[in-house]
Amino acid sequence: MAQFMELGEAVATFVADGQTIALEGFTHLIPHAAGHEIIRQGRRDLTVTRMTPDILYDQMVGMGCVKKVIFSFAGNPGVGALRRLRDALGNGHPRAVEIEEHSHAAMANAYEAGAAGLPCAVFRGYRGVDLPKVNPNIKQVTCPFTGEVLAAVPALKPDVAIIHAQRASKRGDVLIEGIVGVQKEAVLAADKAIVTVEEVVDDFDDMHPNATILPHWTVDAVCVVPGGAHPSYTHGYYERDNVAYREWDAIAADRETFAAWMEEHVMKAGPADFAGRVKGL
Amino acid sequence: MSDFTPQEMMTIAAARALSNDDVCFVGIGAPSAACNVARLTHAPDITLIYESGTIGTAPDVLPLSIGDGQLCDTALTTVSVPEMFRYWLQGGRISVGFLGAAQIDRFANINTTVIGDYADPKVRLPGGGGAPEIATSCGRIFITMKQSTRGFVEKIDFVTSLGHGAGGSDRLDTYGVETEGPTLVITDMAVWKPGPETKELTVAALHPGVSRQALAESCGWEAKFADDLEETPPPSELELTTLRELHARTKAAHSRAA
Repeated sequence: MAQFMELGEAVATFVADGQTIALEGFTHLIPHAAGHEIIRQGRRDLTVTRMTPDILYDQMVGMGCVKKVIFSFAGNPGVGALRRLRDALGNGHPRAVEIEEHSHAAMANAYEAGAAGLPCAVFRGYRGVDLPKVNPNIKQVTCPFTGEVLAAVPALKPDVAIIHAQRASKRGDVLIEGIVGVQKEAVLAADKAIVTVEEVVDDFDDMHPNATILPHWTVDAVCVVPGGAHPSYTHGYYERDNVAYREWDAIAADRETFAAWMEEHVMKAGPADFAGRVKGL
Repeated sequence: MSDFTPQEMMTIAAARALSNDDVCFVGIGAPSAACNVARLTHAPDITLIYESGTIGTAPDVLPLSIGDGQLCDTALTTVSVPEMFRYWLQGGRISVGFLGAAQIDRFANINTTVIGDYADPKVRLPGGGGAPEIATSCGRIFITMKQSTRGFVEKIDFVTSLGHGAGGSDRLDTYGVETEGPTLVITDMAVWKPGPETKELTVAALHPGVSRQALAESCGWEAKFADDLEETPPPSELELTTLRELHARTKAAHSRAA
């Protein structure tokens, strides 16, 4: 049952060291404010799942929060590499990080299987490629009806799913619009869910009947954080800060530059600072 | 048309390969530019699909990521990512998949995962994303990438996405994949097509000003040339203007507005 609370309280209540957490959002609605709160609270040994780890997981890895990353595309889209992740994988800095690598189809299917309460996802994939040789969580099953050999991966069932969305109703129902990604699946697959939103409205009575809405009884914490997706975007509120994504490449390239940037923009900042970052976008 | 860069020729040659009736799954980067040039010139009704779930999108500027807001704003509809991969891609609704690559071999198998050994790579690349299933589920595959001996290699370090496997009918025989696979590789120097039987990539056309020798030196295996080797027609005024205006709009949109 959704409770409205401050983001700091939500993370302190629901996110613990050693958990598996999914901060989802497919380029859109990435919950940066929540990720920063996890960094500030010093969570450790997290297994983090995310289809496209991008800047946010680069920051969490670079700050030493992460033990393992489960992912399907680890890049800064349209820009290049994730340099903090590379440093962790190649040099163990600031700590060694394990990876479990999949394709997008596998991750999307695995979240959906988690939401559906199934132990694994079955799909037609990974044919003729090398990932199954290096990832023991990619296996095959034979269709009992046709004999077709299909790929199977374990369902993703995070301890906590964290997403950002446009609006919540006063009751705590959550509306997601635009590129909806895998957030609904991630929330329904998870044991607990934290949602940051741009704003709260009275109700959703005038919504399109097919709008993507997570009922209040599927989420645990709703936190109002305007701008909370920045430098990702919130459809209908502010645009993607593509310049910030480009600038990240140089910031993350150097350990000291990264540390100084994180100190100023994350460690000494808070959820309330996000609103100012999206002005003009 | 007088002056154009090899990169522009690559994008325009790739755009020409698409038709009005295609339903195209678009990778980011060079594929995205080519697909949108096609849409803005000879293929106005082409359906462009990005893996973020946008179907029938018509962006005014090129997205930096596959999920920029304009893709959704201009799309016919936007579906969830699981639906995109299950119903639309795996369901066989996509006629052309357009991919880029870091490494490619003579049978158009591609690598976007690592350079070097997987466990201890020289360079960690972003990984497959949607590509492993795009490569096998779309009707056919176009690949576009710059040509170099680092990219066109005898043996790729990691098979991220299946091309024609070991050649011939290996794709179907060994892996049971019934789709056509790579039918075109478009580079900044040439257009390659797989041989009808061997499936080994063969240079079908050289871009204007590119010699056989220059091509051969840019390829890590002994490049084969088609008997009826052609020269790629240079960009038309319309193609080049369309591409340049698209890039100019994109650059303006991705710069700090303030």
